Amino acid sequence: MPPSYHGLGWVKAGIFLLALLPLLNLINAGLRDNLGANPIEKITHVTGYWTLSFLLIGLSATPLRRLSGWFWPIRLRRMLGLFAFFYACLHFLSYLVLDQFFDWPAIIEDINKRPYITVGFSAFLLLIPLALTSNDYLTRKIGGKNWRRLHSLVYPIAIAGVIHFAWLVKKDLATPLIFAGILTVLLIVRRINTRIL
Amino acid sequence: MNKPPLTGIPASDITPKALFDQRRRFIQLAGGVSAALLSAGLFAGQKLSATSSSSYGLTDTPTPLKDITRYNNFYEFGTDKESPAKLADTLKTRPWTISVEGEVLKPQTLDIDQLMKLAPMEERIYRLRCVEAWSMVVPWLGFSLAELIKQVQPTASAKYVEFVSLHDPEQMPGQRSPVLEWPYREGLRIDEAMHPLTLLTFGLYGELLPKQNGAPVRIVIPWKYGFKSAKAIVKIRFVKEQPQTSWMQAGPNEYGFYANVNPAVDHPRWSQAKERRIGDFLKRPTLPFNGYAEQVASLYSGMDLNKNF
Repeated sequence: MPPSYHGLGWVKAGIFLLALLPLLNLINAGLRDNLGANPIEKITHVTGYWTLSFLLIGLSATPLRRLSGWFWPIRLRRMLGLFAFFYACLHFLSYLVLDQFFDWPAIIEDINKRPYITVGFSAFLLLIPLALTSNDYLTRKIGGKNWRRLHSLVYPIAIAGVIHFAWLVKKDLATPLIFAGILTVLLIVRRINTRIL
Repeated sequence: MNKPPLTGIPASDITPKALFDQRRRFIQLAGGVSAALLSAGLFAGQKLSATSSSSYGLTDTPTPLKDITRYNNFYEFGTDKESPAKLADTLKTRPWTISVEGEVLKPQTLDIDQLMKLAPMEERIYRLRCVEAWSMVVPWLGFSLAELIKQVQPTASAKYVEFVSLHDPEQMPGQRSPVLEWPYREGLRIDEAMHPLTLLTFGLYGELLPKQNGAPVRIVIPWKYGFKSAKAIVKIRFVKEQPQTSWMQAGPNEYGFYANVNPAVDHPRWSQAKERRIGDFLKRPTLPFNGYAEQVASLYSGMDLNKNF
């Protein structure tokens, strides 16, 4: 059942709270000294995992709308995208502050020499203009066509995010491949539907 | 007459005999149960003490036991670091035999308890540096692998030593996935294997090795990245040629045969210049040969360590 326009506010508030849960979990575990032997690694991994998850959840809004005919998934898309950006910021900050503690030479070397960091960092930079232009004012100012062109960057960003994950794991590709599989399905569904419609 | 007893203990404090007997029975029962558990090898944390003092001590503070036992790379029990502590229960460490074979005059198959009596047990506090740029300090218990090597008398053609870990997907659920080529194989050059720092290891923190840390017997080579230190060893082979190892097969450009800790040689994924000691916030510089250069650097004199990484 698609929620009514009025009901959507509640759905949005509910999803907003749900989307904060991974962060609250981390804070709670941190306060109870429950982040394991390597808390910094844990924080980096969890925030990275949720960045990718919210990117994929956000990307499923359009296919869901096309397949179901409901419009409401589109109304959640901006919030989901902003949560992806929110977790991406936390992910980047945990690398910058907790992992490297502003060791700029080491950070520059990482970005230059390690492909997974090059790709991940680029994806993060590309997310910034999307987050900045997600408000109503700039959306209107930029205009539908240009805005859509700019925001189609989300596809290379999501692909880069999955590659970042796949390249960083030492050997076990199972989880990155699940993300890659979901992303592939989402992109294919979108493509098929564009043709039909 | 109601005289107080000679001991000076008021009568009210003396336990009635019935209750006393009951407690005795309870204590006997409890003792019996724990003895049974011990003999069945089910009792976690069996004591193992050093019988000889070691000249290879270290002043670094050992990493807490809970971190050493809950943050493990042991792909036989899953690829994340929490899995081994959760899944290693299925490993049966008794009975256990280790076969020592290949280019030796006296090949033999040793029972684990027999092997443990081969030489005095020493406590050695070693740094452990993982290729993923984290490190720990572990108080191991064992004796130099050289003690065993002397017993089996390698021939002149024994140039390398290969370590083979247990291969049994029933006991090691991680082996159901082809993430590495099983069994796990590692190797050393014979002079590295003979080096007194190379430790045949049976325990840590005064107890038998927890299963997730490589029970019942593993190797520890403190100047090399952790993956060189094979766990749950069932076979030690002396061979003529440099053996192929599981990690070299998995990524030849990432994992070399030598794998000496070296801050100057970058790994494609991790800078090796620094490391995070578990429990620390700031990273510390990584030392050549993990701080054991004085003892082991001469093993590699004349070698290009950039090529032989």
